[in-house]
Amino acid sequence: MAEAQFDIKYVAHLARIALTPDEEKKLAAQLGNILGYIEKLKELDVSNVEPTAHAVPMVNVTRADEIRPSLPHEDALRNAPRQANGLFIVPKIVE
Amino acid sequence: MLNQLTISELSTRLAKREISAREVVQSCLDQITRVDGKIHAFISYDSADALAQADAADKQISSGTAHTQKPLLGIPIALKDVLAVKNQPLNCGSKILGKFISPYNATVVEKLKAAGAIVFGRCNMDEFAMGSSTENSAFGTTKNPWDISRIPGGSSGGSAAAVAADETIASLGTDTGGSIRQPAALCGVVGLKPTYGRISRYGLVAFASSLDQIGPFTKDVRDSATMLGVLSGVDPHDSTSVPQPVPNYVAALDGKIKGLKLGLPKEYMIGGLDAEVKSAVDAAVKKFQELGAEIVEISLPHTDYAVAVYYIIATAEASANLARFDGIRYGARVEGADPTELYSKTRGAGFGAEVKRRIILGTYVLSSGYYDAYYLRAQKVRTLIRNDFLKAFEQVDAIVTPTTPTAAFKIGEKSDDPLQMYLSDIFTISCNLAGICGLNLPCGFTKHPKLPIGLQLLGRPFGEETLLKIAHAFEQSTGWRKEKPPL
Repeated sequence: MAEAQFDIKYVAHLARIALTPDEEKKLAAQLGNILGYIEKLKELDVSNVEPTAHAVPMVNVTRADEIRPSLPHEDALRNAPRQANGLFIVPKIVE
Repeated sequence: MLNQLTISELSTRLAKREISAREVVQSCLDQITRVDGKIHAFISYDSADALAQADAADKQISSGTAHTQKPLLGIPIALKDVLAVKNQPLNCGSKILGKFISPYNATVVEKLKAAGAIVFGRCNMDEFAMGSSTENSAFGTTKNPWDISRIPGGSSGGSAAAVAADETIASLGTDTGGSIRQPAALCGVVGLKPTYGRISRYGLVAFASSLDQIGPFTKDVRDSATMLGVLSGVDPHDSTSVPQPVPNYVAALDGKIKGLKLGLPKEYMIGGLDAEVKSAVDAAVKKFQELGAEIVEISLPHTDYAVAVYYIIATAEASANLARFDGIRYGARVEGADPTELYSKTRGAGFGAEVKRRIILGTYVLSSGYYDAYYLRAQKVRTLIRNDFLKAFEQVDAIVTPTTPTAAFKIGEKSDDPLQMYLSDIFTISCNLAGICGLNLPCGFTKHPKLPIGLQLLGRPFGEETLLKIAHAFEQSTGWRKEKPPL
């Protein structure tokens, strides 16, 4: 099923990754191959199995709601490709 | 040659003031100058900063600070380029981070510094820790110190090669599906992946958050125990770090493995297992029997599904984690007419082929209509894999396997076939899915060419003491760790 339904342009758009036509071709073939391999999971009956999201023996770790120091404003902006007036600069979103 | 010594050997001599921390650092820097042009274990390093830290350590030693208080005082430790060190570059082996400078220290860096270590150097890696060879680094491939036409393993290939080539005394790497144990095996050093939650991940750039764990590369097992003691513990900055007491790991190295039960999983004796690797592992098993351990055949029936589960779960988590690299808050940016175009162009230009492949695969397995068939099913099979291990550990104290199916392969041999590359991690991947601990330990060499072979020990959640004890007993009764690459 995987290979036929794998729409590389659509998934690359969802992932927000611009691909060249060459990359699209190569990736579609490789991912088809990998998805073909992954199909083997269908051999197993998992109807009565609970999913495991992580292996930590803990739930709902919380801390006291207290004000603590955080990253200073200028440090948070220091690596920005464009910034001005203490803000990240982005392209226009709303006309 | 001070750079060839272990943490325990150096700390004894530093404490007696027979040598200075400056001399230790200088011997590592000299070795880097001599061999790193060939090996390329380091993306960058700051000699002046390392020497300044050494001078500060020497002052502490002369004013009476003991190694019992600061076990790594004056010891140089190199870091994988995925861990944040305040005011140092951090690139994750990628172009997309541009000229990023870390604004804070990772918790492991704070812990190393508190223990007196000299933290220096950015070790090369597969981009965002995705790979098994370091061929995916945007900064060039690291070479295996035993044969520079071969890969050092990955993703922590630079950290492993740097220790094997005596360019540093120890290093840190990260392991999501084998990225510490596999390069440790291929470079012939000790590499430990602790239990998930044993070490804080704060300041580690996330790849797959439910699988990632930081761990040490060292020249022997005692150093691994020393490093684990320094690095472990709960951290308020990482809610997945576990409030489990930190034992004295070095004290566990008492050589007493008589009566311990070691499991041999029959599913790991696969067709692709190299004959020399198999015979080295068989010889190790015999050695364990001589040392008084009992060998039990066990079964981990869902082993064959681990690679498929991993490449769904790890890529799904990566697709979410790597969404943050969008050209807005840090790193390189390619401008676009609107935000979507900016993101797509930035990510298209900034990520390498393997990272794109995995983000796209992860996006697909989470996308509408496929979530149940892929992601949810993989999480259920993950439960089956974890249960296999928990059941096995009712019967045995540790599990013994080869770390890799073959010794180091040639540069370029698998780079065009991602699935073959993924299958080279077949013995290491289950450990991360199950959330247990694992360790690589040198157990022999192939003949022509001479390349290291690694033995993997897998242990119960938070069972690192037992693993280190077994590994130490083996190491003491064999001479593998004394072999050095021809550089």
